[in-house]
Amino acid sequence: MISSIVLTTGLLLILIGLWGMLTHRNILRIVIGFSLMGTGTHIVIVAIGYVANGTAPIIDHALSLSEAASRAVDPIPSALAVTAIVIGMAVTAVMLAYAIRLYEAKRTLSIDAFTESKW
Amino acid sequence: MIRRLSIIVAIVAFGLVFASLVIGHTEQQSLLPLAESYIRLVPQELGAANVITGILLTYRAFDTLGEVAVLFMVAAGVGLVLGGERPPRSGPLEDRFEGARPPSEIVQTGTQILVPLISIFAAYIIMNGHLTAGGGFQGGAVIASGVLLMLLTYPQYQPNPEFLGVTESVAGALFVLTGIAGLIAAGGFLDNRILPLGQFGAFFSAGTIPILSALLGIKVGCELSVILERFRP
Repeated sequence: MISSIVLTTGLLLILIGLWGMLTHRNILRIVIGFSLMGTGTHIVIVAIGYVANGTAPIIDHALSLSEAASRAVDPIPSALAVTAIVIGMAVTAVMLAYAIRLYEAKRTLSIDAFTESKW
Repeated sequence: MIRRLSIIVAIVAFGLVFASLVIGHTEQQSLLPLAESYIRLVPQELGAANVITGILLTYRAFDTLGEVAVLFMVAAGVGLVLGGERPPRSGPLEDRFEGARPPSEIVQTGTQILVPLISIFAAYIIMNGHLTAGGGFQGGAVIASGVLLMLLTYPQYQPNPEFLGVTESVAGALFVLTGIAGLIAAGGFLDNRILPLGQFGAFFSAGTIPILSALLGIKVGCELSVILERFRP
């Protein structure tokens, strides 16, 4: 049940990000749409790894070693999400750097001004 | 009109695909065999209480190494794209902010109070990665948030790029050397059992995982700080 709610939230975020990327003409807004899509993907990844009534796979006084295998959620999607967050941040940094250069070239952030590579 | 229509068609199509995913989704009732063996093996073999850190820094540490390489490439790539003598960036640092409104009292005082706390929090997150939620990447990002606060408050603040570069390179080299030491003294590349595992749940435990975590935190913090510094006008 919980994972379905989280999964829906993540997929909706992906849709919102896609919609933002397709409708907006400002490069910064496109970057924001891309980041929203990325965040939605992370949420979907984590939602897929949820196990019914599971808790974080960290062994401490709340989760003993013996019951860990039956009560913890899948740790692999969480590890993947950490990787994905870092790479998403890196991609965003590169996109913003290009946005700065594009602005310097045409003094505008509207994607309609960049027609050279359009066919 | 056609553009708007095609956007709507694309969104609706994606929405239908996603809806079928949600409808077909059933919550897992038990762990998959791979996840179960990870949860069993990380505390047993590696002595790390946080299973995710154990996966990230030992079983899949090669991935982490590649990820750090991606971050390094991004730092270099952002430097390449934003480097050179661009109009606002040329000239001495003091002249670039002439006429700019100075940061308000609240921002200045907040920075003075928060930056030390952020640094301590980052160190805590990095060093407890094998015990609780946290680790090198997260702590490194927290360090970078402190640097960002400094850059916002003191526009003239210049993190020493050579220091950052050297620290980052040394941390990266030590990371790889620790990995090679695992190849020689233990089971394989980046194996954490070259140091004694210690008592489960203690601060000094889990072999080389705390060391790798610290190196990763330093490296990520330096790299993100370099990237942030590049974005300055």
